[in-house]
Amino acid sequence: MPDSTLLATLKTDYGKYIIDGTDTSDDFPCVEVEPHNIAAFCSELKHDTNLQFNFLSDICGIDYLPQIPRFVVVYHLYSITNKIRVRIKCKLAEDAEIPSVTSVWKTANWHEREAFDMYGIVFTEHPDLRRIYMWDEFEGYPQRKDFPLRGYCDEYNPFGDPPESRQEKEQDQGWSH
Amino acid sequence: MSEMVNLNEGQHGEKTKEVLLNLGPQHPSTHGVLRMLMQMDGEKISSMDVIIGYLHRGTEKLAESFTYTQIIPLTDRLDYLCQPSNNLAYVLTVEKLLNIEAPERAQYIRVMMAELSRISGHMLISGALPMDLGAMTTLLYAMRDREMIMDLMEMATGARMHSSYCRVGGVREDIPEGFTERVQEFCHIFRERMSDYEALVSGNRIFLKRTQGIGAISAEDAIDWGLSGPCLRASGVDWDMRRDNPYEIYDRLKFDVIVRENGDCYDRWKCRMEEMRVSVDIIEQCLAQMPTDGPTIIDNPLIAFPGDKQKVQSSMESLIQQFQLSAYGFKVPAGEAYVSIEAPKGELGFYILSDGSEKPFRVKIRAPSFVNLQVLEVLAKHTYLADVIAIIGSLDPVMKEVDK
Repeated sequence: MPDSTLLATLKTDYGKYIIDGTDTSDDFPCVEVEPHNIAAFCSELKHDTNLQFNFLSDICGIDYLPQIPRFVVVYHLYSITNKIRVRIKCKLAEDAEIPSVTSVWKTANWHEREAFDMYGIVFTEHPDLRRIYMWDEFEGYPQRKDFPLRGYCDEYNPFGDPPESRQEKEQDQGWSH
Repeated sequence: MSEMVNLNEGQHGEKTKEVLLNLGPQHPSTHGVLRMLMQMDGEKISSMDVIIGYLHRGTEKLAESFTYTQIIPLTDRLDYLCQPSNNLAYVLTVEKLLNIEAPERAQYIRVMMAELSRISGHMLISGALPMDLGAMTTLLYAMRDREMIMDLMEMATGARMHSSYCRVGGVREDIPEGFTERVQEFCHIFRERMSDYEALVSGNRIFLKRTQGIGAISAEDAIDWGLSGPCLRASGVDWDMRRDNPYEIYDRLKFDVIVRENGDCYDRWKCRMEEMRVSVDIIEQCLAQMPTDGPTIIDNPLIAFPGDKQKVQSSMESLIQQFQLSAYGFKVPAGEAYVSIEAPKGELGFYILSDGSEKPFRVKIRAPSFVNLQVLEVLAKHTYLADVIAIIGSLDPVMKEVDK
């Protein structure tokens, strides 16, 4: 199925969900949906007898600081039957939450935990949303753009940025924990 | 934990209690630093919590402060058994963003290297799984023959492990003289030895008892859990990206895709064994089809080093080009690309967002081991503790890739 046809099919069949859609340079369509629709949209794509997007490749969080809305969550779907891909994007404000797609694909579990761990994106109805790479007592979300590359200085990390700079940064952006 | 004090009533009225058992992170059979907390009901596992992150280096965060060429060595350190595959997935994504293609000869070399590394990765795990189950010999044989691949890597790239051989637009340098003959010799020797490995293990009743029917997963569940590579094909799903979404020159090659039915530990192991044969076929076809001469990196002074090293010493422009690329890197047009390849462990994907500068805005790595490992807690449920070792070995996680 050529990409332009796929995009057209998506737009006609799922027009109620799709806000925006384009063909991207990496040969598959990219559509944007409202965050609260994501689980319903994914579920319909998975069970669509024609498209059969049955495989979730990846979930990726992106921090666009200082843009508003700040976060984007990207889903890469694949159809093992039709050998086609689609990318879904959801724009997310800093304090907003997004429904989990673990009810659609079980594999979403660790992907969403990673996005939560690294960016602090909260997935509602996730069965087990806790940190996956960092330890439980860790403060902050390391892949956010305002988190320093070397981390903050503490007893484990003597070469990190001074902890005082943390409060300044957080006040600058007007967010706190 | 409160569950620990709950006493269960046994069949004959005896009181038993569940025990919380910790395995790892420092344990040889966990293939790295994997830690599991298991709630044990006798010798069976009633629930399991998989804990990872002991090797987390923040590759994705680091990549945001590196230039596009500097990231290549970082990708080496994902799946350290199969570096050329990781390099390939990364450079293909950057090439997609730049909208360029490597010269034909470079593509053949990359595919050949990726397949060699696939053999190297599969060989280690098909030796390590029997070793975890008590058959020490196989690993020693596997390591002996893996050494041949290490030597080939060293000959072509100068490094045994972290080769960083691929470059955006080609490979670092052409393969040396006599390399193709050595690869041919390797293919010849390896084909004969393959039957030795199988003879060592395939008829071993202990090995069969401990792998057949253990940790089985159905095709639907495997897709639902996002398994890919040999783990998915062992469950009967016929999907191989080399054939279905061909990249590089895979569309010119003829090869089988190994699919098995049961999805248990034995089939995952067997799938890898047979894939090694397929890889040898692919390497031989590459050798036969590869153009004997030609550039191995694109001729674009804005992206790639001059192909001829002598030029740097004789031409002013080439020297400036080399300096510019080393010190500042190259700019990549703003955009995004997701490219995935069939790495030895499964679907290895890179999703790169570029803001038009020399450094990527965001790099996301879809690491196959990370996704495959997730299913462990499901497969291990209600099995014996000893079977967990077989399941880990057959899922083949490389912890460096899991923890990124």
